[in-house]
Amino acid sequence: MSVSKEDVKHIANLSKLNLTDEELEKYTTQLSDIVSFANELSNINVEGVKPTAHILDIKNVFRKDEMQPSYDREEILKNAPSKDAGCVSVPKVVE
Amino acid sequence: MSLYSLTLTEVAKKIKNKEVTIKEVLDDIYSRIEAVEPKVDAYITLTQDLAYKRAEELQQRLDNGEDIGVLGGVPIAIKDNICTNGVKTTCASRMLENFTPIYDATVIKRLEEAGAIVLGKTNMDEFAMGSSTETSYFKKTKNPWDLARVPGGSSGGSAAAVSAQMAYASLGSDTGGSIRQPASYCSVVGLKPTYGLVSRFGLVAFASSLDQIGPFARTVEDATMMLNVLAGHDNMDTTSANLEKQDYTEALVNDVKGKVIGIPTDFITEGIHADVKAAYDKAIETMKNAGAEIKEITLSYAKYSLATYYIVATAEASSNLGRYDGIRYGHRAEDFNDLEELYRKSRTEGFGPEVKRRIMLGTYVLSSGYYDAYYKRAQQVRTLIVENFKKAFEDCDVIMIPTAPNTSFKFGEHSASPLEMYLEDIYTVPVNIAGLPGISVPGGFDSKGLPIGIQFIAKSFDEKNLLQVAYTFEQNTDYHTKEPTIEEGK
Amino acid sequence: MKDYEVIIGLEVHAELSTKTKMYCNCSTTFGADPNTHCCPICTGMPGVLPVLNERVVEYAVKAGLATNCEISRFSKQDRKNYFYPDLPKAFQTSQYDLPLCLGGHLDINVNGQKKTIGITRIHIEEDAGKLIHDAYTGDTLVDMNRCAVPLIEIVSEPDIRSADEAVAYMQTLKSILEYLEVCDCKMQEGSLRCDVNLSVRPVGQKEFGTRTETKNLNSFKAIHNSIEFEIKRQIEVLENGGKIYQETRRFDDAKGIGYAMRTKEDAHDYRYFPEPDLAPIILSDEYVDNIKNNLPEMPHIKKERYIKEFGLPEYDAEILTSSLKTANFFEKTNAICNNPKTVSNWIMGDMARMLNEKEMEIDESKVTEENLAELIMLMDKGTISSKIAKTVFEEMFETGENAKDIVEKKGLVQMSDEGAIKEICQKVVDANPQSIIDYKAGKDRAIGFLVGQIMKETKGKANPQIVNKLLLEIINK
Repeated sequence: MSVSKEDVKHIANLSKLNLTDEELEKYTTQLSDIVSFANELSNINVEGVKPTAHILDIKNVFRKDEMQPSYDREEILKNAPSKDAGCVSVPKVVE
Repeated sequence: MSLYSLTLTEVAKKIKNKEVTIKEVLDDIYSRIEAVEPKVDAYITLTQDLAYKRAEELQQRLDNGEDIGVLGGVPIAIKDNICTNGVKTTCASRMLENFTPIYDATVIKRLEEAGAIVLGKTNMDEFAMGSSTETSYFKKTKNPWDLARVPGGSSGGSAAAVSAQMAYASLGSDTGGSIRQPASYCSVVGLKPTYGLVSRFGLVAFASSLDQIGPFARTVEDATMMLNVLAGHDNMDTTSANLEKQDYTEALVNDVKGKVIGIPTDFITEGIHADVKAAYDKAIETMKNAGAEIKEITLSYAKYSLATYYIVATAEASSNLGRYDGIRYGHRAEDFNDLEELYRKSRTEGFGPEVKRRIMLGTYVLSSGYYDAYYKRAQQVRTLIVENFKKAFEDCDVIMIPTAPNTSFKFGEHSASPLEMYLEDIYTVPVNIAGLPGISVPGGFDSKGLPIGIQFIAKSFDEKNLLQVAYTFEQNTDYHTKEPTIEEGK
Repeated sequence: MKDYEVIIGLEVHAELSTKTKMYCNCSTTFGADPNTHCCPICTGMPGVLPVLNERVVEYAVKAGLATNCEISRFSKQDRKNYFYPDLPKAFQTSQYDLPLCLGGHLDINVNGQKKTIGITRIHIEEDAGKLIHDAYTGDTLVDMNRCAVPLIEIVSEPDIRSADEAVAYMQTLKSILEYLEVCDCKMQEGSLRCDVNLSVRPVGQKEFGTRTETKNLNSFKAIHNSIEFEIKRQIEVLENGGKIYQETRRFDDAKGIGYAMRTKEDAHDYRYFPEPDLAPIILSDEYVDNIKNNLPEMPHIKKERYIKEFGLPEYDAEILTSSLKTANFFEKTNAICNNPKTVSNWIMGDMARMLNEKEMEIDESKVTEENLAELIMLMDKGTISSKIAKTVFEEMFETGENAKDIVEKKGLVQMSDEGAIKEICQKVVDANPQSIIDYKAGKDRAIGFLVGQIMKETKGKANPQIVNKLLLEIINK
């Protein structure tokens, strides 16, 4: 499998990134190289092998349902580029 | 001898014994920084004001006869992807150029409880993605051993700061070698603990299942002191191992008799620099002479670690970096007509090319139709690699390999082909894939005088064996005693 | 026009009534000032990590057991990746291929007919924040208080065939969740809401039609009306030779119309993958059995008990047990006054009517169980008449005062003094000779008129039995 320009356009869209034509060319080549390299995994027999999602053998790590004070709103919004009325503000969301 | 060239252990003792004041130590290190930093560019942010304030508090407590902790008064540098309350944490990205966390990472709390003083935040590859620190949005950190070359990465600033004696120790993060490889390039000790030993809470995530915080130091002993402070269960991190606290300094014994050191001959084959190979062979001799049993082992799946790594790490990264959308924090584009444009422009402007490349690769391997072929398969191969190591550790206590196949390269040398750069991680990545502890120790120099690192790898949570073997290697060599010239090489 | 069959599946979202959020210790309380129940974790700041609230698992397992699901012994959480301003991490932590509960069912009752609706799965996931439109600036404001409030999503099989069935299913589910006390089920606050997946097909056609998804319906009325609307719309489109598009829709309850949302369906690729920051959930038989053995009495069991223990008609038992709050109100009231049928009549009659008028829940009413019981006891003792009791109840409902105080304050105590009543009776009889003549001529209605006059004289306070007795004595003298 190699990566096409269409693929790169699609994944750039999903990633919310704009690409210039030049970048599109460049990334298509580079991602193709990397993906072809990664294709070496397709030669390995993985039948019946369990995927490793966690390297540690962990399970059931829980927190108690106990309340702690929240942060001050000023702190929560401290880094927000645009805020209004105690909220983060964004351009109108159209449904 | 100037204060700044002491080891962490030595300076901590001098402070405790009141041979020096904490302020004197700070003055000295900041004047060293003033002298050297313009050439090295290891730091993104310096925090003198906070440091001096803290020094005063600590000194007062010390003078009152209080115990100010094992790192009492010792100045330490922090990689700029570890959150520090009230101090900018940029991840060397334009995206977070003005981001100030409102909480401290668990490791910062631990260091402060142990009396350490934060000197500043160090440069790195953007979002820890890179092996040279060249992808930083802000500056290029230079290798103190040759200013024309990279310090390695992604924790290049933390490695260079310790190497150039601008900090007694520092924190880095290691996802695929980001502590060990720059440690190797800069001739310092770099330790990546077992996944789960050190809390990740407050470490800006790159690849959650691989990331691990660890120390840089000038000696194995110093790194061990740091680990003692950093290690331990944290209930803010689900993946933090709930184990009893250990005293790793017990491992600081110059003795490897009876220990079996594994040499994966099938893994160390092509693509290795001749000088690195020579240093490695010499290291094997050193360990043999120190009394270790050297045993050939096989790691037949280790070579697939890179491909596995670039799938797993980028997949997780693509998701972890979604939150940088210009809404709650971080870079927001100036001109946009609607929400979609706000997202796209902010992210396009905020991220550099390497970060974009990895986000897109990760998005690709997770996207509909490719998940099974790439992500799931990589997770399966990961299982095979884990089992491979488990099997290998039935035959040996510690595995020894070079940290990197080559020594430091010149700026821009690998910028044309990202894949070529990725291949440099071949010896470090398997350790992350299997979640094991690994340490890079100064192991010699190439013909140009550039440092070479020797890497030791142990079983999960077997840091004691790891440190004992690394300590013994260090005590039987003198590479760690050499200081960098902080000049451009010939 | 062909005959069409309607195929409906519901995805019900129920916010769990835990004290704290799913992955941090912030409060889940509804209605706080924007962004005051927030911390770095639930606002997705760089570097934070989640740790799962243990009660989320417990509550989801409860819901699974009460809806006859299999509880997964191994389950995990996954990331669902997409960008939206109400989703700080740009992924929602949910469950993809290994949910906590699988394969259950619910029995519902539609116009007296029993039907079983299959439940595909129940999984845990985090809620998103709230977007507020700022009419002044035209911008959208983000309130993150609701971010990471825990939810369960209950996905039904496409077994539902009408708006009535959908509502009955939702009502049944609501009462179960209330009984379990895992969700406060306040639909107007959005803590219980659903998405309706709907398609139609000509009767006899095997394959399903294309379905649409109407999102975020938060009242029974909206569920009912949106379904009726969408059925009609789809049939019209098909009848006119058009095509149904798979799309996400909204329903404007005020206007009674549905519309397609502007998001493109094909733009979604959620790239689910296992959440590396959270551990698998592995439940032992012991854990599951322990929850199973401690489940509260479910509505249908309670109903049977009401019929047997209190001798209530099935209809009463059904209504009273349809909501735990109502059932609790009933039982507590009856425990004081021990008159089940009368208590039931009050709750289902005047109380229900007035709650309805005010759009209130029974636990929001000012009438306490003690007050209603007292009112009933006053009636039983003959202190007030049933007619007066209605007036007193209305007053109780408005003011929250107790029955005795109202009765005393307003002087509503029933007149049972025979001497006084006799005097008034005599007065009325004297004033209405024609009525006496009529009565004696066999017109029984005349008595009614006289009683009415007497009650008017006594402002309704005269004991009706005594009035009747004395009046007849006077006339027949």
